[in-house]
Amino acid sequence: MSLLPAHLAPAAAGVIAGVLALLAAATMVARLRLRRDPEGARELWLRVRSWWVMVAVFAGAVLLGTGASIVFLAFVSYLALKEYLSLIPTRRADRRVLFWAYLAIPVQYLWVAQAWYGMFIIFVPVYMFLLLPLRMVLAGETAGFLRAAGTLHWGLMSTVFALSHTAYLLALPPEANPAGGRAGLLLYLVLLTELNDVAQYVWGRLLGRRPVVPKVSPRKTVEGLAGGMLTTTALALALAPLLTPLTPLEALGAGLLVGLGGFAGDVTLSAVKRDIGVKDSGTLIPGHGGILDRIDSLTYTAPLFFHYVFYLHY
Amino acid sequence: MKRRLLQTLFFALLVRPLVLVALGLHVRGRERLPRRGPAVIVANHNSHLDTLILMSLYPLRELARVRPVAAADYFLRRRWLAWAALTLIGIVPVRRGAARGEDPLAGAAAALERGDILILYPEGTRGEPERLARFKGGVARLAERFPQVPFHPVYIHGAGKALPKGEALLVPFFCDVLVDEVPLRWSGSRRGFLEALEARMRVLADSGGFPPWE
Repeated sequence: MSLLPAHLAPAAAGVIAGVLALLAAATMVARLRLRRDPEGARELWLRVRSWWVMVAVFAGAVLLGTGASIVFLAFVSYLALKEYLSLIPTRRADRRVLFWAYLAIPVQYLWVAQAWYGMFIIFVPVYMFLLLPLRMVLAGETAGFLRAAGTLHWGLMSTVFALSHTAYLLALPPEANPAGGRAGLLLYLVLLTELNDVAQYVWGRLLGRRPVVPKVSPRKTVEGLAGGMLTTTALALALAPLLTPLTPLEALGAGLLVGLGGFAGDVTLSAVKRDIGVKDSGTLIPGHGGILDRIDSLTYTAPLFFHYVFYLHY
Repeated sequence: MKRRLLQTLFFALLVRPLVLVALGLHVRGRERLPRRGPAVIVANHNSHLDTLILMSLYPLRELARVRPVAAADYFLRRRWLAWAALTLIGIVPVRRGAARGEDPLAGAAAALERGDILILYPEGTRGEPERLARFKGGVARLAERFPQVPFHPVYIHGAGKALPKGEALLVPFFCDVLVDEVPLRWSGSRRGFLEALEARMRVLADSGGFPPWE
């Protein structure tokens, strides 16, 4: 008799166990460093501690089942949109418009829960895109109209539409993914995206010389990007048979896609933060910054990876 | 005893989830908030949420000692509102525009003598969202009467966007709470104290670098 919930394939549970082992190793390293250099290693220590919390919450939601995972991801969207709307300059006249924007979250994730793909894929880019400016017109303020409509839609597309693709991975028919089960693709995407972030950072720290986009993010280097993409692609190849229906060649493509997409999401949010004039998007996650700082890559990798897999296998 | 239980339940089950989930706080200098009274927290005021935010920064068992000073004409006007303000929040009522011979600060002074931590909004009213108004003189008279009591400036940003005066619909926003580095004490003159307090609050507000809300 298996102790695992029915929706979780043994391979998926194994991968979660692997992540916990990795995190335990990182904790040991951080603790050793903390003993040698209490000041310098503080940031690392905070980061690792926050990873424990994030992994625990995410793994907990996945273990509880599809419904709990969808609610959890909707909540992540909510936190991200709230952080975004608190960060950007908004207009007084749009206070109620923003409320409508928040309402898009439960609705969008409802389409996910119903697995209504046709609605899921157009709700934000078509209906919310048309509705919110109309609601703004009813509010009647024209000064700064275009900027307000544009920034609001960008935020909704990134934090709700793009991010909800993570949840739709759970709504795909599980028969097409016998190895990974229902949660396989989601675990694969999130694991690759987050480890890609870490790998790009570590390779950049070790070998980083030439900045890729010096004006936006001077610490992102060609070496970090290349090293990260190599690491992520290797991991994508190794994990694909456990969690996904992808062939080795397709997994190679997925690794490159996540590596490059993750970088793109990261520097795009960097540009936004530089525009606003803040270093971190918030203080919600000690050692990491805000929630947007943590999920910026995912806003790119989630839709890219989803459509890649969807095209190939569903 | 019953009041404390009701207040604890109200904050544990309603206020804290509201403040943490519907809003979310970035607190700078939480450790600088006064832990023991008598002390006064002097904050800007744009929203009913201000009081809930400030009180939620205190542990549940210390809540009964944290007392917001609030207008009697507004909060004691209706019976259910008065019950909520006195029982669940524990306000110290003050009479705005008190008659001659009446001491509008009597309640606040008594609370300080008991060793409570007062929350005071010297703007006197919530006013325009996210804008700092001139301070009224009561805070200076209180400082004069209690020269040993520390006055801690605290600037709140965001609550006026989430729930401004005259609105009933709460729109989620992260709120910033900036606690000043050192408290202010009575300096010998009412005007000097008031000006120093206003200046401190402006510096605190500017240090947040918040864009204007227009």
